[in-house]
Amino acid sequence: MVDAALSENLAATSRGAALRRFGRSDLRFRFFTGSAALLVVVIFAGLIATLVVGAWPAIKAFGFDFLVTSSWNPVTERFGAFPAIYGTVVSSAIAMLIALPIGIGIAIFLTELCPRSLKRPIGIAIELLAGIPSIVYGIWGLFVFVPYFQQTIQPRIIDAFANVPILSTLFAGPPFGVGIFTASLILSIMILPFISAVTRDVFETVPHTLKEAAYAIGCTTWEVMWNVVLPYSRSGVVGGAMLALGRALGETMAVTFVIGNAHHINSSLFSAGTTISATIASEFTEALGTLYIPALIELGLVLFGITFIVLAIAQLMLYRLNRLAGGGSK
Amino acid sequence: MNRVLYARRRITNNVFLILSLMAAAIGLGWLTLILSTLVTNGAVGFSFRIFTEITKSSGSNGGLANAIGGSLIMTSIAVVVGTPIGIMDGTYLAEYGRDRLSAFLVRFVNDILLSAPSILIGLFVYEVLVPRMGHFSGIAGAAALAVIVIPVVVRTTENMLLLVPNTLREAAAALGSPRSHIIRSVTWRAARAGIVTGALLAIARISGETAPLLFTAFGNNGWVSGLTGLNSPMASLPLVIYNDALSPSDDLHQLAWEGALLITLAVLTLSIVARFFESRRY
Repeated sequence: MVDAALSENLAATSRGAALRRFGRSDLRFRFFTGSAALLVVVIFAGLIATLVVGAWPAIKAFGFDFLVTSSWNPVTERFGAFPAIYGTVVSSAIAMLIALPIGIGIAIFLTELCPRSLKRPIGIAIELLAGIPSIVYGIWGLFVFVPYFQQTIQPRIIDAFANVPILSTLFAGPPFGVGIFTASLILSIMILPFISAVTRDVFETVPHTLKEAAYAIGCTTWEVMWNVVLPYSRSGVVGGAMLALGRALGETMAVTFVIGNAHHINSSLFSAGTTISATIASEFTEALGTLYIPALIELGLVLFGITFIVLAIAQLMLYRLNRLAGGGSK
Repeated sequence: MNRVLYARRRITNNVFLILSLMAAAIGLGWLTLILSTLVTNGAVGFSFRIFTEITKSSGSNGGLANAIGGSLIMTSIAVVVGTPIGIMDGTYLAEYGRDRLSAFLVRFVNDILLSAPSILIGLFVYEVLVPRMGHFSGIAGAAALAVIVIPVVVRTTENMLLLVPNTLREAAAALGSPRSHIIRSVTWRAARAGIVTGALLAIARISGETAPLLFTAFGNNGWVSGLTGLNSPMASLPLVIYNDALSPSDDLHQLAWEGALLITLAVLTLSIVARFFESRRY
């Protein structure tokens, strides 16, 4: 095709004109790709700018108090984000606590233990599960998990921990079914395939020669994982975990269904709470008044700030691993 | 003494192996459980009326036809708008940028956008479009989805172009082809399957998105079609699932299950097709 274009051009015009035309088309192409790249940066900047502009009335009215006060009263227009921030951070933290060990366990199973014939099917299954929309986890949580949890599991946990000092406060009744702990459980199931898929990819960047060398001096599988694979891929595992945390923090639909949407902080994890994204999702279209919408947008700005920090750390960690693994093979 | 050490190492190893086996069993078991309840609940009342009738504001016996239509329209627009931009951007990163500072910035911003909470994309598009248009609209919904498509396509396009061996580019350059020709007729062609994968993954990603549509497309219980329809609130499958699941009616709950099954099947099919293309990559 290039040859044809070139000879056609040479036949029609002089060589110099053809070269100039090529030069111009090169410039045009470069301009288009460059502007597409710029557009992404513009969208990103626009996202921050619109959030700040939209939230400005609330920022001016409440100042720093917005982040630390707990009242959320649309009637008197007093808004404080603390319960939502608390719910976001606590539900994601518990979800990570549950999903991280299991997710890494699955990745270890896939890279080191799984029979070769099962490796691909299970790996593909996990990648497919990571793509299932969160609303599906949401309605499963609402219709299947919440009733079962409320009737069967919650009463038992409440009874079991009734006389244990700290746990009796954390898991105090009554059993509502919905609540912060339920949201954490659903979140952990949701991010599980994601963590496993990323961690497995990261483990596979470890050069085989390193592992073989360790096995050759008589290390057990555990010792190879702990002393060779994990140290080599540490930044990737941390990066993957942070990516998953970013997902959990911003997850909307799965959480909105099961957290109970109540703007207060209770010492019991079984009580209803809310997260930033659940608040925005359930209240935005019904918000009236001059400060309600700006307050919700400011919540969005806070969420953006939190996830940006988490995702930025995640990316830098993953780039580091890629540089280590890529080693100039590009 | 050595025997004790060996025994301890063996026990540690076995404990660890059993734990990771349990993790795999728990994780996979739980996910299978979710999928099987989805299939049983969704398939129970499955009938073709969901493709022929539209949603009803309350009560029973509605379908999902307008929601499916709305989803298809908004997804198509988002893909048609977002994919070319994503491909061009990914091309810049892989072919022109590589190790430049500007490319690092674009790559970083793109990767953040890729994992940013999608509800924030919804807020962004709401702020930009909805007050100006005066109402929620299918166009705003499609715009929000397009913003989600771009980073997905950028990521896969760049990855796939980087897999194309440099020798190919050098061979084309040695023939005297200008750079834009090399990219269009050599590297793009070599990475074609991978680029298609990116577009399919993007469709899979947005077809289940709910949060960014809540206050852009908003939802609609009637049929909207044609270009004027895009200017009014538009139904979409995930939005209908969300509203029906939160309603008190059992019939609507059933409809929500059927919609969820439909979306899951669509997303799984798209991902499997995408994997098929990916396996044919250069």
